Amino acid sequence: MAEKTFLDSTELVLNMGPQHPSTHGVLRVILKLDGEKIIGTDCVIGYLHRGVEKIAENRTYAMFAPYVDRMDYVAAVSNGLGYCLAVEKLLNIEAPPRAQVTRVILTELNRIASHLLWLGTHALDIGATTPLFYVMREREEILNIFEKYCGARLTTHAFRIGGLQYELYEEFEADVLRFCDWFLPRVDEYEELLTENRIWVDRLKGVGILNAEDCKAYGVTGPVLRAAGVEWDLRRAQPYSGYQQYEFKIPTGQNGDTYDRYLVRMEEMRQSVRIIRQAVERIEPGPIMAKVPKVLKPPPGEVYVSIEAPKGELGYFVVSDGSTQPYRVRVRPPSFVNLQALDKMARGGLIADIVAIIGTFDIVLGEIDR
Amino acid sequence: MADEPKPAPPKPAAGAPKAPPPPAEMAATPWEGELPSALKEQFGDAILECSSYLGQNFVRVAPGAAIPVLEYLKLEQDFDYLVDVTAVDYPKRAERFDLVYILYSFARNERIRIKTRIPEGYRPESAVSVHLTANWLEREVYDMFGIEFANHPDLRRILMPDDWQGHPLRKDYSILQMDQRWVQENLGIESGQ
Repeated sequence: MAEKTFLDSTELVLNMGPQHPSTHGVLRVILKLDGEKIIGTDCVIGYLHRGVEKIAENRTYAMFAPYVDRMDYVAAVSNGLGYCLAVEKLLNIEAPPRAQVTRVILTELNRIASHLLWLGTHALDIGATTPLFYVMREREEILNIFEKYCGARLTTHAFRIGGLQYELYEEFEADVLRFCDWFLPRVDEYEELLTENRIWVDRLKGVGILNAEDCKAYGVTGPVLRAAGVEWDLRRAQPYSGYQQYEFKIPTGQNGDTYDRYLVRMEEMRQSVRIIRQAVERIEPGPIMAKVPKVLKPPPGEVYVSIEAPKGELGYFVVSDGSTQPYRVRVRPPSFVNLQALDKMARGGLIADIVAIIGTFDIVLGEIDR
Repeated sequence: MADEPKPAPPKPAAGAPKAPPPPAEMAATPWEGELPSALKEQFGDAILECSSYLGQNFVRVAPGAAIPVLEYLKLEQDFDYLVDVTAVDYPKRAERFDLVYILYSFARNERIRIKTRIPEGYRPESAVSVHLTANWLEREVYDMFGIEFANHPDLRRILMPDDWQGHPLRKDYSILQMDQRWVQENLGIESGQ
């Protein structure tokens, strides 16, 4: 045997991020490579840690509500809904029907906006530049509706504990329906660009496979779980805000690969439109706030309430000690738990695929680091 | 809520003070059924409490029994999805921390919480051998509360820097507190505030 040369050392450790355009924020991934093959990954997170859970213990229940929007900032409405539902459960109250229907409309609009941003950035990571400009155009319309409703576009703080702060503006229904009519053909347009696109299919099919067993073992939820063939959606399994009244399909995939996750999210946008249309018909006159005391003092106790956020199960575990401030607020962020499966999905794959795999999770670092 | 005299229903006592102090503890009701009795049969005295609050069921178990209970629930009762692991700090209590495991069963569409009370310095067994997802969740509990898990494959801080001193979510850690030394050494500024 010849003497060992540097060519024999097959392992290479490569640092990716935290400043990297396709880590969707400040995620740092340390990759262990054998040639082009990934033989191990390690995620370094926490760059955006702001101590949200600690802040909660030092604010009143109502004061903390705007903070939750800063976690998953592309789906702020969902974050707010989860928090409001958790505190409402603790107070044992329920929002009135008009508020619930409005919540459904805004949350589903936000789901579309979140999926659109995911589609644009995911496609950009893979190398398709065009969809980004299209999805931004559509997302703008959604943000305009948010802006007209509550004055904010991203961190909306749209809901209040017990219902809504603002009455719907006059053309709200018309705006939402106009958006729905205009938006559905756009989804077909994206699909025309991507679904059959040779490069897109080659880059996505069979990449980052995570089967149903592994999804459950790693606690992975949301579109990633559904793409693995599990028909599970909290809106159906444990309905909240009246979701049991709406007809919609839970799209699933079979292979649990990146391509299936793409298809699942595309179909979810269509289903969201379907829900929104049904919800607009259900808007009835009535109060928008439940009877809520001025000073919120939930009786001592603890609850865990979770909703189907665009990224998966978003849970709030809130403990009250009977005072005006929560004793503990634990946020169960879907991105944090989902990201843990990155190693499983990337191991054995090619380094070129790591960008596709990170993109397919649809992570938001604000939510991972809190 | 206790300040409003009218809508507070549980006030039957005639000679009670004007504003009765709110109950100090969670008004949980006993939880009876197949699952609690199966657990009691399987684990006996290790099951300390089976209760329900606002329709949500939880089981309090002895510290050493948490992992066997998780394993039993996963293998025999279909609770195959560990939703979350977290802790709550009660510094005045002898057993300082509440360790909370939230479980879900896809087959039964049911959620339960497993809780244990552990004193400062106690090293609970890691749940990674039963649920892989516990890995990062337990790292976060360690990072934020300083609870060290025994037999955890990779117990490091996850959100805070590795050499940070202190555990931020403990109640005796002030919201203004920080690791001055770390900030000065790594950020090159006198203080972060």
